[in-house]
Amino acid sequence: MPVESSPYLVLVVLLAGAVAFALVPLGLAWLWRRTFSPSKPGPDKNAIYECGLESKGDAWVQFKSEYYLYAIIFLIFDVETIFLLPFAVAFNGLPPAAFVAMMVFLLLLAEGLIWAWWKGALTWR
Amino acid sequence: MNPGMDEGLRSELSKQGIFTTTLEDLYNWGRKNSVWPLGFGLACCAIEMIAASMARWDLARFGAEVFRPSPRQADLMIVAGTVTKKMAPQVVRLYNQMPEPKYVIAMGACAISGGPFKEGYNVLKGIDRYLPVDVHIPGCPPRPEALLHGFMMLQRLIDEQALTGPRRPRHLVADAPSEFPVPQYGPHDLEPPSNPEVWQPPSSDKKPDVG
Repeated sequence: MPVESSPYLVLVVLLAGAVAFALVPLGLAWLWRRTFSPSKPGPDKNAIYECGLESKGDAWVQFKSEYYLYAIIFLIFDVETIFLLPFAVAFNGLPPAAFVAMMVFLLLLAEGLIWAWWKGALTWR
Repeated sequence: MNPGMDEGLRSELSKQGIFTTTLEDLYNWGRKNSVWPLGFGLACCAIEMIAASMARWDLARFGAEVFRPSPRQADLMIVAGTVTKKMAPQVVRLYNQMPEPKYVIAMGACAISGGPFKEGYNVLKGIDRYLPVDVHIPGCPPRPEALLHGFMMLQRLIDEQALTGPRRPRHLVADAPSEFPVPQYGPHDLEPPSNPEVWQPPSSDKKPDVG
């Protein structure tokens, strides 16, 4: 049968070659492991922690959900910094309306911080 | 090295440009040139070990520059420095966590015997009380050249190990223990003070040479 009759035959051969190229070394390694590298498990070798110390407790620990408050309050300063730097760079060329808009924006953020402070979000419980 | 082939035939073939080898030799050749040490240092010997891994002494020439931060990926434990009794359980546990085949180099007088701190109440008098040490490197601290020499000794040891028979490494012995007992940090000393399977105190029938 000439190859021209099915032009995709070459691709199939290449695909088979590629799969064999990946799988044969893995299979050889598996055979080698079975013969010359028998597994020797033990309680220390199977332990989860790796720095020589014994692991204490469980890996499934809970984090306090109060952390999200600090993340949000951090966002106030984060956003403020991002806007304050270009504001300071372009300060001399700004029209008064832009200055007022920026002050309102800062006031909004400061108001949020004061409100959070007043609600006691900055006190560690 | 090759029991199945006549040595004369082998050299005759190599003169004709035909190189013959065995699976075992190939395996050991790959193994001895890719020994990955565990990256941990205990005392001043660690500085020399770090120097040996850097460009001036260049442990990378021997394929051993990849100091692994995890025992899961390491083949070689270089005990570089004084092992205190508080540290010894961790060292043994790290060794237990390394995959087979694994090797231990005791680098420096402290790791061999406690060294200048042997009289200290908190110093382990040699890591070979708990671990099967393959190469001892004397010195206080040993220079990087000494570590390189010790490493070449270890390479020779790996090269001479067989896949079968009496010269096979420990992990191929079916009844060899998979782990070494980790000592506990007791109120007075480590318990047990040594692992009798790897270390026996020197016999006392010999007259002690008291200087």
